[in-house]
Amino acid sequence: MSVAAPPDEAQALDGPSELATPGLERQAERAKARQGFLLGLPAILYLLVFFVIPLGVVVAYSFATRTRSGRTELRDWNLNAYARLGDDIVLTVAWRSLWVAALTTVICLLLAYPLAYFISTRSAVTRNLLLVGIMIPFWSNFLIRTYAWRVLLDSDGLVTQMVQATGLGDGRILFTTNAVILGLVYGYLPFMVLPLYAAIERIDWSLVEGARDLYANGWGAFRRVVWPLSKPGVVAGSILVFVPSFGAYVTPAILGGNKEGLLGSYIVLQFLSARNGPVGSAVSVVVLVVMLLGTLLYFRAGGKNL
Amino acid sequence: MSKGVARSTAEPQGVSRWWLRGHSLLVFVFFYAPIVVLFVFSFNDSNAVGNWKGFTLGWYEAFLDNQNVHESIWISVKVCLFSTVIAVVLGTASALALERFRWWGQKAFDAVLYLPIIIPDVTMAVMMLVFFGETAHLFNVIPGVDLSSGLEKLVLSHVAFNISFVSVVVRARLANLDASMEEAAADLYANRWQAFRRVTLPQIMPGVLGGALLAITISLDDVVVSSFVAAVGATPISVYVFGMLRKGVSPLVNSVSVVMLTASISLVLASLVFSRATGSEREERLKT
Amino acid sequence: MHDTTDGPRPAVELQGVVKRFGDRSGTEVTAVDDLDLTIADGEFFSLLGPSGCGKTTTLRMIAGLELPTAGSIRIHGEEMGLRPPNRRPVNTVFQNYALFPHMTVAKNIGFGLEMRKVPTGDRAELIDWAIQLVEMGALAHRKPGQLSGGQQQRVALARALVNRPEVLLLDEPLGALDLKLRQQMQHELKTLQREVGITFVYVTHDQEEAVTMSDRIGVMHDGRLLQVDTPEAIYERPTTRFVADFIGQSNFLEATVASADEVVLANGQRLRLSSDSPSGEAVAVTVRPERLTVHRRGEAPAGLHHLEGRVEMVTYMGNAIVYGIGIDWMHLDVRCPATLAVERRDVGDEVTVSFEPRHAAVVTG
Repeated sequence: MSVAAPPDEAQALDGPSELATPGLERQAERAKARQGFLLGLPAILYLLVFFVIPLGVVVAYSFATRTRSGRTELRDWNLNAYARLGDDIVLTVAWRSLWVAALTTVICLLLAYPLAYFISTRSAVTRNLLLVGIMIPFWSNFLIRTYAWRVLLDSDGLVTQMVQATGLGDGRILFTTNAVILGLVYGYLPFMVLPLYAAIERIDWSLVEGARDLYANGWGAFRRVVWPLSKPGVVAGSILVFVPSFGAYVTPAILGGNKEGLLGSYIVLQFLSARNGPVGSAVSVVVLVVMLLGTLLYFRAGGKNL
Repeated sequence: MSKGVARSTAEPQGVSRWWLRGHSLLVFVFFYAPIVVLFVFSFNDSNAVGNWKGFTLGWYEAFLDNQNVHESIWISVKVCLFSTVIAVVLGTASALALERFRWWGQKAFDAVLYLPIIIPDVTMAVMMLVFFGETAHLFNVIPGVDLSSGLEKLVLSHVAFNISFVSVVVRARLANLDASMEEAAADLYANRWQAFRRVTLPQIMPGVLGGALLAITISLDDVVVSSFVAAVGATPISVYVFGMLRKGVSPLVNSVSVVMLTASISLVLASLVFSRATGSEREERLKT
Repeated sequence: MHDTTDGPRPAVELQGVVKRFGDRSGTEVTAVDDLDLTIADGEFFSLLGPSGCGKTTTLRMIAGLELPTAGSIRIHGEEMGLRPPNRRPVNTVFQNYALFPHMTVAKNIGFGLEMRKVPTGDRAELIDWAIQLVEMGALAHRKPGQLSGGQQQRVALARALVNRPEVLLLDEPLGALDLKLRQQMQHELKTLQREVGITFVYVTHDQEEAVTMSDRIGVMHDGRLLQVDTPEAIYERPTTRFVADFIGQSNFLEATVASADEVVLANGQRLRLSSDSPSGEAVAVTVRPERLTVHRRGEAPAGLHHLEGRVEMVTYMGNAIVYGIGIDWMHLDVRCPATLAVERRDVGDEVTVSFEPRHAAVVTG
């Protein structure tokens, strides 16, 4: 067999030949670190200018002064805006937002869990089809999907007609908090299904089989094995539903009417109608802090793997 | 279920089995019924939305005639395109920087990168409104930049939250990638750039595209941030439709909605078909 | 440990090579501790040792995938210094093959040539040569995902060899293969190396593998090179307890050095065995189980070393019988062929174990 070799035209291999020393090794490491930093620099700068600073401005606004005409002036720093947070109306709104978000999350969990479980028991082909079936609403325009319920719940809407026909009520669900919850559940249900499915699918089924043997029925096996193992998915899904629900604006605006029912609407109100920058900013900051804390705590409690 | 145990044993037995199936069916009906209703009633020959009065294409004609809608759609497309491209580049670069290198301040950057994902969009909207309010005059000093038209502000805001989403998706893909492949590339005489272009990039491309799709969707979906930031005359379609919705239900809104829904569903299906084509390679790999 | 071989320009020379890994919190790990090693041109050299001994780190430093903390690495006399891997005339076969999944076999193999800007015509010829070398002709247009483990391994080999490196580095490439395939590949690798004539540096933790394939073996432990020698020398004349224990099976009898040619076993028995260690040094006498013979008490031939003891355990292994012999409180395993010609012993038998002096080694450590 002929023994070939790369021709001389091939690029020669040479380079610096300084001997390695601890100092030089550290230098090489630092050069590599610098490369990484430079690679990330554009994104870092961008976020600094267009995210961190805006956040800073909002925080500043929350301590700023509102002039008579409704402008916000960055002087005479004070805590007036935060003091307003103790107002009854703010507390009411905040409390309502909290339990709306919590209720939405729980309902989503109850609806999503059996579905996620069901999907993971299907064959690969069926599973993919079902997942695509969930992906489609998930990727579809959120606004439109919420509007669809507006249509259904309208005074002439199909659901209203159905409810009236079955005599369950007068059918005036629209513009109540229930409508908002319905809209939120509809909007964010896929966010609960997908992480749940991911977690349940990963469970080693032989563990469940073993548990079935031990507990002599499926329910015990579920409680002791499936549920605990699916917790990371529950945590992830809950966060993904609770966070947007808590600060929701679009859904209450479309389905809840013009009341300042929830925090999102309240904040918008402050900026657009009430023209009170400091208060609007203060509430925004508080919402953000609550969300951050909640997310962190929940992560610690429920596991880090998503 | 994983680990190859007969799938049928995973299902509960007896009554629970049927209850599970029934529940799942109902949830799917719940998902799709509103969309179907919307679709059907966009052909309804009536101003009222609940009662069927006859088939018509009138609302779609109205949609095609509506100049404002067309302008808004065009604005959305422009904002979407520009912001996605920028977000993909910055997001991919930051994913690489975080996964393949170690540098001072990395953890802080990582944390900051997660904020746009969990921040409520109302807070984000407030942030951008207030920021541009205070600094617009500073930006306008830069030649060629005129923030009053609104388009730039929209693009800038959208990029701000989309970098993180792209980064998360690309990072997930990168993390699954075998780092030894890049070592092999170096061992085979590739410099950093060649290794990236010929080995890493083709591998993370599904992630990059997935991130791009996510960015496009989020950009098109966005209502709150866009409405706070948009200037008159430069409203993206989502803001325009939102305005229409506030005024009430109308069949015109229905037809616009159906068009938007169809567009986004087509996008999803197209990307699924595309990923199936490239994913079939992955399946073949798993066969060995 | 110092080692020299004669011949012009050895393929790899490591002098005083140190690698320390440290993290921010200050804990430091010395993976490779002051290594001196010379690998001859055209040699099949194995670095052998348990996990964590530093053998892979050493290999990666030769490849340039890690930079040494200190020391010199020369390839055919040329100092590598801090050069990155893409500027070194060496190629690596990775443990998990690291094939590029989005490229065909042919493109994978041609990658290095492409990077070095080899003209297209020559490239095709070289790729062809490499494919034929590893007998993958029919699969040149498949992608790695469509290949079996053994086939992927061949592609990885071809991809490295096509560049005609001055040294080929192999990082436990056969680990993922099943036993039969592994043995077949060992044979093929050895033949390939002979044919191509390139220096192979092979890292493994499998001592059988190292012994089968290598011209010389370097045994590493805890970052240090313990012994560098031919497989036979390492087997027959280990210099440290670790090497004796790691390669094959071995017996150890604790002893102290009495003089340059006598040691005293722990039970007081004296044996005439030469050693380099100073008087009083604690050592171990090591003999391979198959080099020991069991006789009825008192019937061992003269001229050999004798140890008197009692059979404590008999294990039948199919082609051999292993006797566990107790000598006072010490223990020896003796491996005898299970042929009918050799007399069997029972538990409780009083026996004499004999061995030739040349089959025993005195080791430190």
